[in-house]
Amino acid sequence: MNILLFLAPASVLVALIGLGAFWWTVENGQYEDPAGDAARILDDAYDQAPTEGERQ
Amino acid sequence: MTALDTDLSAFARPAEGGGRRLELLIRGARCASCLGKVERAAAAAPGVAAARLNLTSGKLSVSFGGPGGDPAQVIRAVEDAGYGVSLFDPAAARTEEDREGRSLTLALGVAAFGVGNAMMFSVPVWAGLFGQELQPASRTVLYWFSAAVAAPCALYAGRPFFASAWRSLRRGRANMDVPITLGVLLTLAVSFSELIQGGAHAYFDAAVSLLFLLLIGRWLDHQLRRKAQGAARDLLALQSPVARRIEPDGGEHGAPVSAFGVGDRFAVLAGERVPLDGVVEAGESEIDNALVNGETAPSVARLGMALHAGAMNLSGRLALRATARAEDSTLAAIARLMEAGAQSKSVYVRLADRAAAIYVPVVHTLALLTFAGGWALGLGPREALLRAAAVLIVTCPCALGLAVPAVQIAACGRLFRKGVLVKSGAALERLAETDCVVLDKTGVLTEGRPHLILGPPDDILAAAPLARASRHPLAQALAAEAGPGAAAEGVREIAGQGVEGRIDGLVCRLGRAGFVGAEASPSPDTELWFRRGEDVPIRFSFVDRLRDDAVATVSALRRRGLEVEVLSGDAEGPVARAVKASGIARWRSGLTPLEKAAAIDELMAAGRKPLMVGDGLNDAAALARAHASMAPGSALEASQNAADLVFEGGKLSAIVDAIDVARAARARALENFGFSALYNLVAAPAAIFGLVNPLVAALAMSGSSLVVMLNALRMTWAARGRDTLA
Repeated sequence: MNILLFLAPASVLVALIGLGAFWWTVENGQYEDPAGDAARILDDAYDQAPTEGERQ
Repeated sequence: MTALDTDLSAFARPAEGGGRRLELLIRGARCASCLGKVERAAAAAPGVAAARLNLTSGKLSVSFGGPGGDPAQVIRAVEDAGYGVSLFDPAAARTEEDREGRSLTLALGVAAFGVGNAMMFSVPVWAGLFGQELQPASRTVLYWFSAAVAAPCALYAGRPFFASAWRSLRRGRANMDVPITLGVLLTLAVSFSELIQGGAHAYFDAAVSLLFLLLIGRWLDHQLRRKAQGAARDLLALQSPVARRIEPDGGEHGAPVSAFGVGDRFAVLAGERVPLDGVVEAGESEIDNALVNGETAPSVARLGMALHAGAMNLSGRLALRATARAEDSTLAAIARLMEAGAQSKSVYVRLADRAAAIYVPVVHTLALLTFAGGWALGLGPREALLRAAAVLIVTCPCALGLAVPAVQIAACGRLFRKGVLVKSGAALERLAETDCVVLDKTGVLTEGRPHLILGPPDDILAAAPLARASRHPLAQALAAEAGPGAAAEGVREIAGQGVEGRIDGLVCRLGRAGFVGAEASPSPDTELWFRRGEDVPIRFSFVDRLRDDAVATVSALRRRGLEVEVLSGDAEGPVARAVKASGIARWRSGLTPLEKAAAIDELMAAGRKPLMVGDGLNDAAALARAHASMAPGSALEASQNAADLVFEGGKLSAIVDAIDVARAARARALENFGFSALYNLVAAPAAIFGLVNPLVAALAMSGSSLVVMLNALRMTWAARGRDTLA
């Protein structure tokens, strides 16, 4: 039983991290333009990945 | 819009942190490459610091780095890239950040977190209820965990309900949020007291899962409202809020209509609408008043004549002096009537509130009786309170709260795909109750533009080259009949009279009877004359043709038990012809806007519930006062504002679609209420007699909500691909 005293808060803590992340996405306006975000990923101009030169 | 070569800087508003912002509505941007093209085009304009297009709402937000930068150049850049651009009126463009939506989303997230984690502790306890090995000490520990997670979550997620219940109580009424608030708070309090006393029944998970289910309904309702509001605003933005102000020095500048005062001078080019009431100071033209008073025949505008906002200038440039400001024009009477109509509509009690009015007192009395009766019959105050709390929990209106919004969001989605925009859920409910339909003629029953009916084919072809060179709607109707071909040479347009040009070297004239030297005929039809050289003048005659599906729509409405009536501001002749062709028996013609509104009032006073369909300014008051109202997307701004629903596209059958969907939605909502009532009839006695434990409460609550949601989804599945006019 005693293990519960450790595991239960630990699992709630993990869930809290998830809730915090969700909170951040809402406050960050990530649900304002779903269609635009889906389109931006297809356009290289918005690609923020490192270029070939930077990767090497 | 056409790019005005004028100063539009009034449309850029000062932004937070310096610089200015401009909001534009982009049409035609659908894909990833459009997004890039629009943003790059806008960002390349001088003075622009950044441009971001929201593909979901179609709004382009441009920020200027400093005082420099001209909105007109941004508009031209985007138009050159191949997209339609509309300006927002600066007042309407104020981007209301969707604070309510955000806080609802957050509350929903918190509730979901609370449910998930409280369940983790509840499931072992439920297992313990069936005699599995669970020591009371372990159960208490699990309940403490459950309380630590669920109580703060319930208090946070319940805030929208607590606030609304408080507002309603302060006005001396009890809405659905009152029992929800009471239920949640009482549940938490009773559970804590049970926990401290080591009891077996605590309902922490129930309190938060109840809020979770209710928040889904609340969130859906909010999304529906927001989407409809946004779309309605975008429709209005398509109508240019810009007028051409004539400065004292003779220069012209584009300026927001709202910035005009009495006495300001402005210009209206051919093909533009008159933006403000005014008196003609210079120029001569023909005016199409179809949207203002329903008249189909164009009238002449001359020096000193008063024109109403909304009239279309057909042929020549006019200079006008404003006689009223935009917000208090001669249409003030119509506006007042509209306001009164909107007020009477806000008195309308929505379906869910009507259900709450029955439900709230019944449930509260029941809980109170359970407590008092249980105590009196020897249960003891603690057990009696526990049972009263159980009654409040199992009867808590989860299913009731979902019953209407879930159905309405499905119904509005279905109508939206058919091009019908519903402005609110209440509008849908009112539409379902209508028992007669009142139609406007011009632009609703008919297409609202002239169509050639008379004239030998050879003559049409002979006149076509001249007609192609003119922008006048009659000439264009003639050109459309003739098909593509060459245009006349040396064309001169004489404002208010007609066009003159050379066809095969012969001077020809197309226009009014007097212009070509003919005698005007006494017929009420709209006419156009053509004369080639010194030949005998030829007469073309036009009517405003019925919409293709007008006859089918009228008979479909009649089959649904709805009486159809026509109220028109047009002359008797054209109205009689239109109603005869479409098979409508009841009609009135020559009505002023106030008479139209009075006719609707008469119907309402007689206990009827009319649906008004109209597009003109003369219909706006009637639209606002009718039980429910619809306007086509081609209607004037005021009419779209006044109407509950706006339908796009040329199909009149949208009215039948909307009524069918509204009636189906009402049936689904009533089914949901019936199911909720049935559920409560079983659950409430069970709770009163102490047969409910936390597991039963959780299963019953989510089960009933699920059934209601599935029933609502039938709205989307039903009648796919069925022909509406059948």
